[in-house]
Amino acid sequence: MTLDVDKISKHFGNVYANNNVSLSIDSGEIHGLLGENGAGKSTLVKILSGFFEKEAGEIRLNDQLLDLSSPKDSIKCGIGILHQEPMVFLPFSVLDNFLIGSTDQFFAPRKEALKQFQEICNKFDFELDPDTPVSLLTIGQRQQLEIARLLWLDPKVLIFDEPTNAISPAQREKLFATIQQLSTEGMLVIFVSHKLEEVAAICDSVTVLRKGKVAGSKKLPCPQSELIELMFGKLFPSKEIKDIQKGGIQLTASNLKSIEGRESIEITNFEIRKSEIVGIAGIEGAGQRTFLRTIAGRNSAESGTIISGRNLLNGTDYHQRLEKGLYYMPADRLGEGLISELTITEHIALVENKKKNQIIDWEMCYLRAAELIAQFQIQGTPESKAESLSGGNQQRLMFALMPTDADTILLEHPTRGLDIESADWIWNQLLDMRSDDCSIIFSSSDFEELLSYSDRIIVCFAGRIVGEFERNEFNPEHIALLMSGSQI
Amino acid sequence: MNSIRKIFTSNMSVMSTLCAVAISLLLAILLLWFSGAPPIETGKLLLEGSLGNATRLSDTSMVWVPLALASASLIITFAAGLWNIGVEGQIIVGAIFASFVAREFDAPPPLLWGAMIMAGGFGGMFWGGLTGLLRIKGKVNEIFGGLGLTFVATGLVIYLVIGPWKRAGIASTSGTAPFDTKAWFPTIMELRISPLAIFLALAGLWLVYYLLKQSKFGLQLRATGINATAASRLGVRTERNLMLAFLLGGILAGIAGTVQVGAIHHKLVPSISGGYGYLAILVVLLGNYKSFRSGLISFFFAMIAVGSIQWQLRLDLHSSLGGVTQGILVLVTLIVVAIFSQIKRNKRIKDAS
Amino acid sequence: MHPETIATIIAASSPLVFAVLGETLTEKVGVVNLSLDGSMLLAAMTGFAVAFVTGSVELGFLAAALISSLVALVIVFTSIELRLNQIAIGLILTLLGTKLAAFLGQDFVRQVGPSVQAQAIPYLKDIPYLGEIFFNHNLVVYASLLSIVVVYLFLFHTRHGLELQSSGERPEAAFAKGIPVNRLRYIYTALGGALVGIGGAAFSLDVKLGWSEGHIANFGWIALAIVIFGGWHPVRAALGCYIFGALQIIALRLQPELPGLSQVLPILPFPIMILTLVAVNHPFIRKIGLRSSVIGKIVRSDPPAGLGRPFWRE
Repeated sequence: MTLDVDKISKHFGNVYANNNVSLSIDSGEIHGLLGENGAGKSTLVKILSGFFEKEAGEIRLNDQLLDLSSPKDSIKCGIGILHQEPMVFLPFSVLDNFLIGSTDQFFAPRKEALKQFQEICNKFDFELDPDTPVSLLTIGQRQQLEIARLLWLDPKVLIFDEPTNAISPAQREKLFATIQQLSTEGMLVIFVSHKLEEVAAICDSVTVLRKGKVAGSKKLPCPQSELIELMFGKLFPSKEIKDIQKGGIQLTASNLKSIEGRESIEITNFEIRKSEIVGIAGIEGAGQRTFLRTIAGRNSAESGTIISGRNLLNGTDYHQRLEKGLYYMPADRLGEGLISELTITEHIALVENKKKNQIIDWEMCYLRAAELIAQFQIQGTPESKAESLSGGNQQRLMFALMPTDADTILLEHPTRGLDIESADWIWNQLLDMRSDDCSIIFSSSDFEELLSYSDRIIVCFAGRIVGEFERNEFNPEHIALLMSGSQI
Repeated sequence: MNSIRKIFTSNMSVMSTLCAVAISLLLAILLLWFSGAPPIETGKLLLEGSLGNATRLSDTSMVWVPLALASASLIITFAAGLWNIGVEGQIIVGAIFASFVAREFDAPPPLLWGAMIMAGGFGGMFWGGLTGLLRIKGKVNEIFGGLGLTFVATGLVIYLVIGPWKRAGIASTSGTAPFDTKAWFPTIMELRISPLAIFLALAGLWLVYYLLKQSKFGLQLRATGINATAASRLGVRTERNLMLAFLLGGILAGIAGTVQVGAIHHKLVPSISGGYGYLAILVVLLGNYKSFRSGLISFFFAMIAVGSIQWQLRLDLHSSLGGVTQGILVLVTLIVVAIFSQIKRNKRIKDAS
Repeated sequence: MHPETIATIIAASSPLVFAVLGETLTEKVGVVNLSLDGSMLLAAMTGFAVAFVTGSVELGFLAAALISSLVALVIVFTSIELRLNQIAIGLILTLLGTKLAAFLGQDFVRQVGPSVQAQAIPYLKDIPYLGEIFFNHNLVVYASLLSIVVVYLFLFHTRHGLELQSSGERPEAAFAKGIPVNRLRYIYTALGGALVGIGGAAFSLDVKLGWSEGHIANFGWIALAIVIFGGWHPVRAALGCYIFGALQIIALRLQPELPGLSQVLPILPFPIMILTLVAVNHPFIRKIGLRSSVIGKIVRSDPPAGLGRPFWRE
């Protein structure tokens, strides 16, 4: 059996999420689909699941053209998908979840389903109590439930979409064993992940996506650095930035422990000096996001101390830290960065002269907005709503809204999804700020960006800092190895 | 239930709104016609009945006052993305507090009116604040919290009217004994129109307009209503803003209650809120959450309410026809506007691909 | 308690039982029909008017179910097709329904019309104690009792019930499993509306005979409160109706001593609802509910997670 994905394209706004993506996969092999977040993996999965409609291209199974215009079609065609978030219903029992969408009978055939369920569970050694509400299950168990359900539908293709994001190592072993067993039985398996070491461990071949395009395919095993290069782009810095004199310590974090969602961190010691740029390298979910958000105060730490300048930040909330000069720029620009339905002028008014004035001088704000639009080269007018701006211009607006007295800037993926011109512009801004004694901490999934602009790179893995490199000792291979969880 | 938050489903442009209102007016007229109301006659009676002479004009104005105040209250909370259905209850509690002052205190009239307004505002604020507290601290959706507290307020007013504040000798649901005339808001001559009440309504509408248009607080409130997470990142203290919106909305509703007892009924009656809290929801939905428009629509609705009395007297049409007209106007307008924006959306999607 | 009293409670609560079951179905599929206070009045009026004109109680119920179902369809249609807010439309329809009922029903005010006839079930009614409670009523009351069982079985023991619940719980997941979420929302909102309508007619044709303006004002809101109190479970919600019914009877009996009680009583479900909501949302209670499944079943009353959340593919 062969699944052919032929020249699939799909775009959102003016960005291609999938641009001429082609794959060909045979049954009996486990095929990896590797790429960072935003590389286009989940768009492809959603097209295969019938959730999104493709704009161009064809999907064939055994040379038969598939029409996947709804999930129902996809299920009928024999495609089963284990979604990143298991598609379960929390208040319902395991057995009811197993049943929903899988039967045509009027009365829920619980007895028959129970038999099938236990058969499948026995075969794959899943330990699930059919009567427990799913809300009490771990994510790993919810996956097992979903796998069991998918198998009951007797699919030909199984797609595992980022299945290991939230499960324990033991559960992961179990999952891998299941995947391998299925593959040996002749199932066509696609393993979608951004985790290099997992793809390397389980897949027979891999296709790497980067910025919506196929960056390359490899037979496995192959050197991990080659995969990293396909994922992150060129390994060597292409720009030289001028080194400048660093100042005293700006911020320290010690024994920091924090959890947000499924990401938890334990950072024993971190320091940044004035005028220093620290890049955080790490595969998505390795703790960079929680680290940045905990320092910014968007997420409260469980324990540890954070000191900024002479201020102890423990016990202060985000707003107090904002006043003390910390500025956080999230990756989700319209979700957390800006207010979609407000205009640029209104954004200016919102952050302008914090306490002093309760009455807004709209004329002044309008002029100020026009001024900032010119200064930050934003494509828009003072009356443009944030949602009408392109990603690059939204990012520029976030810069324009930064308090002038900010001295520590925390950025998540500062240039993700931006055109080259915007990305360069943003870094020129950041370099200027650095010259004004600002400390900058940023996370990125772009090697070129990390290696070009960081004075120092720290590498995160599983919530800890596992490596630290000064600019003169940057070693891309070592960084790549540490990111994937290996020792040097 | 978080998605319910998304209130501003469509951005109404002036043109499409006017178009929608025209269509729905046409429809309303047709419906009236079918139910036995000759259109021209009905329209004439509506105008005559609500504006025809000084008495009627003053009656219309006095319906307008509480409706406009309740609308102002709703606009503030809508701006913060809240469904403050509890306005009705806040009007009642405002009326209770104002009645308490009117009954228990003796002071020169202007002072007494001032005290009543303050007490009424405080009462409404208290009830609005309670809804806010339930929402923010107790995670109880403000629709149900507000609704529940409205019924508690209804119970309270009935208890007072037939219990502790009952008229000497008789316990009846027709209300307490009238207040001392000192507590009656002054009127122009023998008419019912009270300049003080009109002033309060205008002030309320203006305040809301000004706050949302010119103040930092208003802008922060709107930001919170659209996206609380992003607003918080940009430095807005979102919970405090939500609470303030509840409190301020409560004050305006409470003043509406004060006007109801001080200028209209001159006593506390069980139906003191007059349904204005609910009717104001229609007003604000039709007015697209804008003060000036809602003020005008309040007046139009007040005209319907007062003018439709003439329909009843002269054309023998049922008194509820006014309410039916109001409801149909709002429903049809919203639907027509939504159809317009849906067409626009589809076109945009088509253009994009 | 005396069996006769219990029987009275069951009979008096039957309209609310229908309404609460209907709204539970609607909310379980993810739609908020806030129009109950208007649509029940409209249904009560329609039911009475149709029965009065045709002389047929059955046709009255049918008409009531249809009109109320139509109102519910307006909400789901404007939500899915026009992206209007369910709360906004629900509130407009509440007010419109109330006024429309008064307007259209003006010729039927305080008329004496047909009503549902008592029909004791032979043999069963002679069972000591239970016979008096359950089997000495009319068809409407039997239907209300039967509906509880049917709705319960349908929701929890049929495939359709599970699909209904999944659409209200997590529409995107239901859709991913091939369930036509929006079609189900249309169907069950209409069905729920029909039950609400039957509830309205059960007032005007059985429990509170006849029609007058504001005839059963506020009972729609009470029904909405009981749905929450019942934690979106049909049996618990029905139980809520009977508790409320019992309180009404008690108030009626105490009327001579405490004349204010019957006035204040209709308010009672609301503070109870608020307290219930505060309690079930309290972290402590949530923790206990999570730890023990038995207690969990009793205290857990989360609304369907997708309640009021429209679902579109993009």
